[in-house]
Amino acid sequence: MITVVNYQSATLLSPQRSSSGSSHSPRSSSSQPYLSISVTEPVKLGNGVQAYISYRVITKTNFPEYQGPEKIVIRRYSDFVWLRDRLFEKYKGVFIPPLPEKSTVEKFRFSAEFIELRRQALDIFVNRIASHHELQQSEDLRTFLQADEETMERLRSQETGIFKKKPADLMQIFKEMQTRVSDVVLGKEKPVEESNPEYEKLKNYIFELENHLSEAQKHAYRLVKRHKELGQSLSDFGKAAKLLGACEGHALGKAFSDLGTKSETLSVRLQKEAHQLLMNFEEPLKDYVRAVQSIKATIAERANAFRHQCELAETIKLKEINLDKLMLTRSDKVGEAELEYKELKAESEEATRRFENIVRVMNEEIVRFQDQKTQDMGIAFHQFAKGQSRLANNIADAWRSLLPKLEACLS
Amino acid sequence: MMGSENLDSEEAHMYASREEMENLVLDEPSNNNNGTKSFSDYRSAMSSLADTHHPLSSPMAAPADSDPLLTPPPFRDFRNPNVATDNSSYIEPPSYSDVIFSPFDENAVNEINGVDSPGRSSDSSGFLSKSTSSSSDYVKITVSNPQKEQETSNSLVPGGNTYVTYLITTRTNIPGHNGSEFSVRRRFKDVVTLSDRLAESYRGFFIPPRPDKNVVESQVMQKQEFVEQRRVALEKYLRRLAGHPVIRKSDELKVFLQVQGKLPLPTSTDVASRMLDGAVKLPKQLFGESVAVAPHEVVQPAKGARDLLRIFKELKQSMANDWGGSKPPVVEEDKEFLKKKERMHDLEQQLSNASQQAESLVKGQQDMGETMGELGLAFIKLTKFENEEAIFNSQRARAADMKNVATAAVKASRFYRELNAQTVKHLDTLHEYLGLMLSVHGAFSDRSSALLTVQTLISELSSLHLRAEKLEAASSKIFGGDRSRIRKIEELKETIRVTEDAKHVATGEYERIKENNRSELERLGRERRADFLNMLKGFVLNQVGYAEKIANVWAKVAEETSAYTREST
Repeated sequence: MITVVNYQSATLLSPQRSSSGSSHSPRSSSSQPYLSISVTEPVKLGNGVQAYISYRVITKTNFPEYQGPEKIVIRRYSDFVWLRDRLFEKYKGVFIPPLPEKSTVEKFRFSAEFIELRRQALDIFVNRIASHHELQQSEDLRTFLQADEETMERLRSQETGIFKKKPADLMQIFKEMQTRVSDVVLGKEKPVEESNPEYEKLKNYIFELENHLSEAQKHAYRLVKRHKELGQSLSDFGKAAKLLGACEGHALGKAFSDLGTKSETLSVRLQKEAHQLLMNFEEPLKDYVRAVQSIKATIAERANAFRHQCELAETIKLKEINLDKLMLTRSDKVGEAELEYKELKAESEEATRRFENIVRVMNEEIVRFQDQKTQDMGIAFHQFAKGQSRLANNIADAWRSLLPKLEACLS
Repeated sequence: MMGSENLDSEEAHMYASREEMENLVLDEPSNNNNGTKSFSDYRSAMSSLADTHHPLSSPMAAPADSDPLLTPPPFRDFRNPNVATDNSSYIEPPSYSDVIFSPFDENAVNEINGVDSPGRSSDSSGFLSKSTSSSSDYVKITVSNPQKEQETSNSLVPGGNTYVTYLITTRTNIPGHNGSEFSVRRRFKDVVTLSDRLAESYRGFFIPPRPDKNVVESQVMQKQEFVEQRRVALEKYLRRLAGHPVIRKSDELKVFLQVQGKLPLPTSTDVASRMLDGAVKLPKQLFGESVAVAPHEVVQPAKGARDLLRIFKELKQSMANDWGGSKPPVVEEDKEFLKKKERMHDLEQQLSNASQQAESLVKGQQDMGETMGELGLAFIKLTKFENEEAIFNSQRARAADMKNVATAAVKASRFYRELNAQTVKHLDTLHEYLGLMLSVHGAFSDRSSALLTVQTLISELSSLHLRAEKLEAASSKIFGGDRSRIRKIEELKETIRVTEDAKHVATGEYERIKENNRSELERLGRERRADFLNMLKGFVLNQVGYAEKIANVWAKVAEETSAYTREST
């Protein structure tokens, strides 16, 4: 049984989510290269526990590598997860755009609000990939945007374990980092960590930033709730005022009744604002938190790469010593050992290259990240302030309209 | 004169509010602790909040929520002198530029405390407000300075019972009082006595209900919080009494407010000792047949042991009434009255409902303010963090944006708190009138018990007449007269005469009470309409004023961040 829920494309609703290139129009042919994606039309499919939401993903592009100017496919949440994991694996050092979380609360999973939030977040996710100069070249992205559903399903089920970085795994990595630090403090062993003070500073910054942002996001979420609650109280109060008005009668009764009606009107307004606040203020904050968490994953990757490089360097040193020994004794094992040594050398150089690449990419990414976040938050703040200002003005106007009659009654 | 007073208090406010501004965490915790669950807790929290951060808090400066008489008018009148250059078409709350961040009511209280405002008769008449009185007389009562005292006599326990006395200060220009300012010390028991005596003397009036006796252990009685609550309640009660056009002139109240030393009103225990007389009378009443109810006694409803026989009789009568016995003649306009009674009942229900919803509205506003403040604080921390750690300019720009948002959020949070403090005071009118329903009940029950007394006397009279007739008929059959019967007839005739007198008095009393009911109902209606209209106006003005302030605060931030939207399109 299909339930069709119609939403507009996020690119129309949220102006902050800019897509790649300068124009949305697919018709500017010889113009700038563009890759513009819409995640739309969430549809509930399947039954019971197996039920899930599918999305219509519409791609408009003039990139030569793509099959055509427009392509529409159907995707579900786990397809997005697949894409994210592939990109994370291939583009080490890049801050992969974050995905909205899996919903753990069953009954919330299909609420209209949740579905809309998720759709918006997925749209932003995929467009951020499309506007990243490296990621937009990804073959996996092309597969995601163009492959038919059977192919997608096949690919999706293949990737298990290796590429999936579960939160538990990340936690493990972080814990290892922490134990290493404490090992040093206790004088246990030499830590295989970068001794780069700037990088240390960055790591601390990221970890602390997450804490601060989470707190802000928590309060933003509560603020949404408060709007809803105040709306409810106004509605109840309005009803009570109307009843009291009916009891009193005459001018006073009319005054109470008018007050009650206004109160109910404002209640509706507050509920609307609560929704806006959720979509345009709380969600961007949440998105910010997710982005920081994604960076933590990249930090873990870098640590891995560094350790790998160090291990290989250690191993090579030993192999060198061994080789010299063998050469001195003119052993017949020299040839073998030389080969091994060459292989290891190549591997080590590869590891070093990979690590240094990560460092380079990260340095670029951090600049991009800070710029992007200032932009994203600037928009979010603007919408928040505008929303609050509009709300307050609406409230003032509504109450003010009662004054002439009240004045008349009292004179 | 008024202006300079206000200026001083304004300066004091600025001083207090600057401290407030520095200490951003403010009073949130104390509000939280006082329980956002219960409105009465909230109200006491609001009043203690007002007390704590106002340096001019004198012992008697209970914030206006304890003074229902003064709620609407000072709010309105106060703003007039301050809004000299205001361009808006209506009066608005203190404007942002006045930098008055502390609760508004302090100004109002200061204005009234000790400032003669002859034009404004805010405490003179009416249940709550100035609405009808045009005269300039006033009675201003304050309750302060609670002190512990020892029970001097009859104390079984050495160093025995302590009780609390309160200093009751009255300021008035009504003639007939000794001087214009006087103080006495009274304890709660005295207030109970006053209340009981007033209930006896002013049957049919809507007498403001006194504060509850609290049956708690003596330990709690001594606690400061309890004492303070009681002080506030006493002040409210006395002010309401003084606000009642008839009761304020009563001897009982005068005596209570003026006479030093022991309160010279018969206490309820004295009345109870009359019960002993009653108990002595009882056997005679039960076995002797012709003991009439003395006329002077019918002025009070039957109660207590002395009136046992009367209680039996009246009970019998009320049962007869209920079962549709002989229709008592005294019922004409009952229908009209019953209609009014029903309306009062309906009103009470709606008031109760509205009062409840008002509480939840207040809670909603309070929560909004709190969360907004917390959000602001979180962003301030973020701002500090980004600034300290900033490597890129984009971070500094972001930090600046966050700071604007944070500052606005904190300001908005304060405005919500102030809005709420005012909302509490305005909507308090609902609670006040709900409380007043108690006195309406009392007045109506005075009426029904008076009616019952009349009806009882009437049926007693008719049965007495019947017996007299029978005796005369029997006696006339005996030639030469029947000495004993004749004597009995004489006695009976005497009883009838006394009972006629009593009936006459009782009817007079009933009529009096009916008239009191009527005039009080009319007064209640009039004053309630005025008070409610004022409440609505005050509430609405308050909402408008603060909504505008909040809108301005956010409009500024929207302006400051408008560059971002231009960039992205």
